[in-house]
Amino acid sequence: MRKYSAFAIAREAMRGHKGWEQQWRSPEPKASYDVIIVGAGGHGLATAYYLAKEHGITNVAVLDKGWLGGGNTGRNTTIIRSNYLYDESAGIYDHALKLWDGLSQDLNYNVMYSPRGVMMLAHNVHDVQVLKRHVHANRLNGIDNEWLTPEEAKEFCPPLNISRNARYPVVGATLQRRGGTARHDAVAWGYARGADARGVDIIQNCEVTGIRRSPEGHVLGVETSRGFIGAKKVGVVAAGHTSVLMEMAGVRMPLESYPLQALVSEPIKPIFPCVVMSNTVHAYISQSDKGELVIGAGTDQYTSYSQTGGLHIINHTLDAICEMFPIFTRMKMLRSWGGIVDVTPDRSPILAKTPVKGLYVNCGWGTGGFKATPGSGNVFAHTIARDEPHPINAPFTLERFRTGRLIDEAAAAAVAH
Amino acid sequence: MLLIRCPYCEEELPELEFRNAGEAHVVRSSHLADVSDQDFEEFFFIRTNPKGIIYERWRHIHGCARFFNAVRDTVSDKFLMTYKAGEPKPLLVSEPAKTAPAKPKAAAKPRSRKGDA
Ligand SMILES: Cc1cc2nc3c(=O)[nH]c(=O)nc-3n(C[C@H](O)[C@H](O)[C@H](O)COP(=O)(O)OP(=O)(O)OC[C@H]3O[C@@H](n4cnc5c(N)ncnc54)[C@H](O)[C@@H]3O)c2cc1C
Ligand SMILES: [Zn+2]
Repeated sequence: MRKYSAFAIAREAMRGHKGWEQQWRSPEPKASYDVIIVGAGGHGLATAYYLAKEHGITNVAVLDKGWLGGGNTGRNTTIIRSNYLYDESAGIYDHALKLWDGLSQDLNYNVMYSPRGVMMLAHNVHDVQVLKRHVHANRLNGIDNEWLTPEEAKEFCPPLNISRNARYPVVGATLQRRGGTARHDAVAWGYARGADARGVDIIQNCEVTGIRRSPEGHVLGVETSRGFIGAKKVGVVAAGHTSVLMEMAGVRMPLESYPLQALVSEPIKPIFPCVVMSNTVHAYISQSDKGELVIGAGTDQYTSYSQTGGLHIINHTLDAICEMFPIFTRMKMLRSWGGIVDVTPDRSPILAKTPVKGLYVNCGWGTGGFKATPGSGNVFAHTIARDEPHPINAPFTLERFRTGRLIDEAAAAAVAH
Repeated sequence: MLLIRCPYCEEELPELEFRNAGEAHVVRSSHLADVSDQDFEEFFFIRTNPKGIIYERWRHIHGCARFFNAVRDTVSDKFLMTYKAGEPKPLLVSEPAKTAPAKPKAAAKPRSRKGDA
């Protein structure tokens, strides 16, 4: 892998940019691998990267039915934060946040991580109580999160309407200054390039259609649209399609898959300095470096694999955006799209071994897993390499739905519902 | 937005009048306190989440307020049919029967969820 640097840009400028290499190969699948990762989203690619980098396991393939980064990784609104309520969540999301901090240097790839601050709005007494509880819990876990008055919130984000007569009055806000955004595609590409350089085969347009097991139940490999590929270990990292894949190995999952939509506006000059989320009226917004307002909506109410959602869902979100930021009422929206998110009953992910020997699963990130990409890949690689979880992901088991040791971020109302 | 036929009102109406209530034909034990942890997990948390034909419950919340069941394709989001609560699980020609028809459970809290980022 040729390193990217200011010098490389200058050198290529002199040579008419003819010396840039392909960022990763497109190899034919080998007959077998030590580890196969199913799903070349950010989490799958990061897993492969850390398997090679930190555990020396390089005989690895990452398979995807489409193109790498074409799932939720390439469809999300890229909000990064770690101010979750419970200790277990704080552990895993802040592990990720710390990795975001050096990721561009580590990958030698600009993932454009921008800690511009994530503000969460409170509109009523209940919001104030819940968000302040988060601030205190976060501080106990050493995670930055602070309380802002409406005036302080407006100072941090000038387009915000804090009029007392607003339909959704702002009565306060939390701010995690280390939170922000990153370039989603670059995250997938950076991990892909880094993994490929260490010998990992990334095989696109290769759909997994079955998981082959020995008579004793141990994983032997996967059936794919390009034939059987053997593997000692298989990690399923397939977001919305996890139930479908795990069913192939006879494992029924505590998951439901829902459409989740986002949209972007026409590009405008820089106006929006941070990320603002409102769980109560349900809208979140930031501005991309291209100038588009990036707006996230809620899920549809029914399960689906269609990768499209109802128009009334994004309408509702735009209603809220226009109330909170009246300055945007005459903006035009350019594009909207949907992804399929895998939601667990407690809204926390599962990164664990499974009842099938040699089969591992990393799923359930639902509507909010982009922020966790580096941390998730990092501890999942550990889980696969050592056949035991890292202390950080040890609580995120599949068995917790039997034992009752839930990590109930849903009821903790990091999310309104 | 989906158009949904309420089998009680016998009318096709916009999704906004309805609340989805999750997978249908999940049987609630009449002795819930006695079931094993494994059976409770299966009943309470595990879902089929099929890519393809789903049997699901809906409630006509802004109409007759009654629960009913529907058969829908989760890839096209097209409804194949809706039928009244308590009626047996219809066996579709295209789909081999895996489990015996079961009585749908009566009522549970309708859920809604929002995105988190
Ligand atoms: C609209 C939207 C907005 C979001 N906003 C945010 C946000 O602001 N912040 C945040 O933190 N999170 C957000 N999320 C959630 C986030 O996108 C996901 O949690 C995260 O990207 C999941 O990454 P992944 O690598 O696990 O999955 P994906 O990127 O979806 O990758 C899974 C891959 O598996 C492949 N696959 C599936 N089935 C098979 C098969 N049979 N064989 C081979 N390959 C298969 C797919 O093609 C896909 O590429 C959002 C999601 C959506 C949809
Ligand atoms: Zn009705």
